[in-house]
Amino acid sequence: MIGDFMPTFFEKKQLVTPGELLAEGDYLPGENTYVEAGKIYASRIGLVDSENKKVNVVALRAFYVPKMGDIIIGTVTEVGFNGWTVNIKAPYTAMLRASDVLARPFKPQNDELSQVLTAGDLIVAKIASFDRAHDPQLTVGEPGLGKITRGQILHVTPTKIPRIIGRKGSMISMIKQETNCQIILGLNGVILVTGKNLEDEELAIFVIRKIEEESHTSGLTDRITQLLKEKKQVKVEEKVE
Amino acid sequence: MNEKQEKLIDKKGIRLDGRKADELRPVKLQVGVLGNADGSAYIEHGKNKILAAAFGPREVHPKHLMQADRMVLKVRYHMAPFSVQERKSPAPSRREVELSKVIKESLEPALFLELYPRTGVDVYVEVLQADGGTRCAAITAAALAIADAGVPMRDLVVGCAAGKVDDTVVLDLYDAEDKLGVADVPVAYMPSLNAITLLQMDGILDPEEFEKAVNMAMEGCKKIYEMQKEALKTKYMVVKEVEE
Repeated sequence: MIGDFMPTFFEKKQLVTPGELLAEGDYLPGENTYVEAGKIYASRIGLVDSENKKVNVVALRAFYVPKMGDIIIGTVTEVGFNGWTVNIKAPYTAMLRASDVLARPFKPQNDELSQVLTAGDLIVAKIASFDRAHDPQLTVGEPGLGKITRGQILHVTPTKIPRIIGRKGSMISMIKQETNCQIILGLNGVILVTGKNLEDEELAIFVIRKIEEESHTSGLTDRITQLLKEKKQVKVEEKVE
Repeated sequence: MNEKQEKLIDKKGIRLDGRKADELRPVKLQVGVLGNADGSAYIEHGKNKILAAAFGPREVHPKHLMQADRMVLKVRYHMAPFSVQERKSPAPSRREVELSKVIKESLEPALFLELYPRTGVDVYVEVLQADGGTRCAAITAAALAIADAGVPMRDLVVGCAAGKVDDTVVLDLYDAEDKLGVADVPVAYMPSLNAITLLQMDGILDPEEFEKAVNMAMEGCKKIYEMQKEALKTKYMVVKEVEE
């Protein structure tokens, strides 16, 4: 090495595999990378990118790891004595406490939990607490959270959620506006789409699938806007006829 | 002894199956072959045919195996009844239990076990056809399956054996050489980190021969490693092309 020359061993958006050497020297390890003897390696299959001095790998395959404050969509799997167990598509199963849902002290002799939520119900919830020693606790005590009564659910890879949100929410707010749908993005890769009619929902789902497929390409927001406008045009024409 | 010598390697140094001393058997790898597993891989290493499936990280069953401070890796190595000439009983044999442990321990150094405490990753290795060196091929396939499941890894692990047949140190023994040969040294290796995760020896070698065998096996691992990376990339490359 001459002077402050610091080598990297990748091109932008190159596909890398676990164990591939990415950079050496004065770089910071970002997502899906690790440091061994001063060298940065990839730890997942994905596309490399560097921002300033940080080397990131955008994983093509990963799973959701709960984080405090995340909004997620889960399925109730079991009704327990004082709460519910919820599948949140993570390595850990989450718990939702009865007192949190009822918003008053829970009395087992008065309250029948299965009348509030039963196995198979879908809920929008927030991760209230989670650490290395305890399974995640959920809460629904905030506006917008709780049992899902209508709409459609779709599953995507959790790593694709940031792309669907877009820079400062540009992508998702555009889709909401163009399709007249309410969209809730669970950070665990579960998405709820609720619209006034089936067609709107279907359009929103179609667009989200499209983003999932083309997540790594640039200028995606503009292309998706274009696509939505075209689709809507077709629909208007059909109605006129 | 003389009889064996002429049997396994001819005067030109060519082995019974036509390979040179330092030549690998043909290897074919494929990733993502199973729909229900989180990650999967298939390997054809010579006449070996092995499937590997990975699940997780998920809850550990049975519960008492759960570790409060780290993820547990469970490996089941199993040979199908039709994988060998004589029917093999489908019940796990002493050998299979041992190999499951050996494969588990050779994969563990590649995983960040401390990152996901109280969870488990399950790997199922199914040998469909065996022809010597299945533990090595199983490690190669299992590492791919785990990477395909999206579990973070330090490096892919590659398995390859070397050994001594007649008077020669050779690479990648197949069934007949394994049974009639002098020694067998299976090695599992993480090429990027230059770390050996499995080293066994069955037979007798002098120190020079042993060193030669280990180095030969490591060279073999590096060759398979390239194919492994290629196989993993191929699965996701297809996805990328569809997008474009």
